[in-house]
Amino acid sequence: MSTAVSGDGGTGLALQASGLNFSYADGHAVFADVSLDVRHREIVCLLGGSGCGKSSLLRVLARLEAPASGDIRFLGEPLQAPHPRAALVFQQPGLLPWLDAAGNAGFGLDFEHQPRLTPVERAARIEQALSAVGLAGHAHRYPAQLSGGMAQRVALARALAREPQLLFADEPFSALDAITRAEMQALLVEVVHRWHTAALLVTHDIDEAILVADRILLMGEAPGRIVREWVVDLERPREQADPAAVTALRLDILSALHALRAH
Amino acid sequence: MASRLLLPLAGLLLAVLGWAAGAVWLAHGMPIASAFAPLESAASLWQLVSAGELWPHVVVSLKRVAVGLLLAILIGVPLGVLTGLSRRFTQATAPLFQFLRMVSPLSWMPLAVMVLGVGDAPVYFLLAFAAVWPILLNTASGVAQLDPNWLLLARSLSATRTETVLRIVLPGITAHILTGVRLAIGIIWIVLVPAEMLGVSAGLGYFILDTRDRLAYSELMAVIVLVGALGYALDHLARAAHARWLHR
Repeated sequence: MSTAVSGDGGTGLALQASGLNFSYADGHAVFADVSLDVRHREIVCLLGGSGCGKSSLLRVLARLEAPASGDIRFLGEPLQAPHPRAALVFQQPGLLPWLDAAGNAGFGLDFEHQPRLTPVERAARIEQALSAVGLAGHAHRYPAQLSGGMAQRVALARALAREPQLLFADEPFSALDAITRAEMQALLVEVVHRWHTAALLVTHDIDEAILVADRILLMGEAPGRIVREWVVDLERPREQADPAAVTALRLDILSALHALRAH
Repeated sequence: MASRLLLPLAGLLLAVLGWAAGAVWLAHGMPIASAFAPLESAASLWQLVSAGELWPHVVVSLKRVAVGLLLAILIGVPLGVLTGLSRRFTQATAPLFQFLRMVSPLSWMPLAVMVLGVGDAPVYFLLAFAAVWPILLNTASGVAQLDPNWLLLARSLSATRTETVLRIVLPGITAHILTGVRLAIGIIWIVLVPAEMLGVSAGLGYFILDTRDRLAYSELMAVIVLVGALGYALDHLARAAHARWLHR
């Protein structure tokens, strides 16, 4: 489970992007001149309103799409295609209904462009990932038999099983009810720490960003760009540990958002 | 629970009563029609089944269904995938397919016999021709409705084209294909009987014509009942396969 940090060129960075630009085919600029980095074991939240281009930015950073210009480095190397050590979690779990939870959790493990694993290693990865998300006893249940929260846990397990050094998550909890969402946010922080991975989480939920992130990047729109950054250096669980600081940060972010709107 | 079993049984019983009444009414002016009655038909069915006379015909018919269905799948699934993936292919073929689909497959019978000769081949052709459309259309809609998240997942795993097709697209559209297969089985089973009435010497359709020629009307009704029961069973199997695949 523990993952040695490998070859980042000594930068301490999992992901490094500079001068990224991206436009739709019609020339409409989605985001412009975006630079950001994610350190090892750091949780960075990309916060912004809907339509600000944050999901597109995530896709470009994960190299699901190619940027119009700019440079992306993953573990110090230029990133030209989705990397085997970077895993994605989407808003919808996207489980494959013909596979059980174990089959879904292990789905990313035996593709041509993924590292080769022996059957024993594969089984161990699946087991660890499922138990990390609290589904150890549900390996043989099928997606149709899982609740929304459980399905999203399996999706998280599918990402963890690949032992990623960076987890890209695109509003992974926004389709869940409030209670399940809170559970999943706590779970995400826990597994990211236990797995020694970094995470880049896209969200429009200020509270989610405050509870989860080590660093928050606020995105403005038209075209999307990063306008502000907060380092969240608060003890967890944050709402219990320092409610006053959490409230102050929330107000600060809100006023920054209002300023953006008024602009 | 009671209504799940009792109501269908009540419906069937009502139909049998209607059938009996109809036979009595028909026999009024035509004594031979009493052979159509349920009891006589049941006795014939029992006799045909226990004497083993029907089984060869059932086996031959089921084999034709299997071959026809297999051909329809082999042709319909790839064409359906193409239709679902390529707009140009769809545009080029849609009017043709709609046209062909609306022609009763039995219309091709004379042509099929001329080209393929007498025997099983024209029957296979007709069955496959009848069954290919629901499979093709359902496959195409399956491709069109593939969860975009699955394709995104494939891309995030740098899946090759073959991996994407074999591990995501094909299993992803299997439920739709199975729906198509279920509809196809229904159509094949309906087309089978008339298709077996020309140029073959075995099968349930052949047997029905044979009973007519022998004036064995109770046997005719017996085979009709059997055809219905087998069709019901086939549909049930196809439905179960669909549910099993989706683990519902």
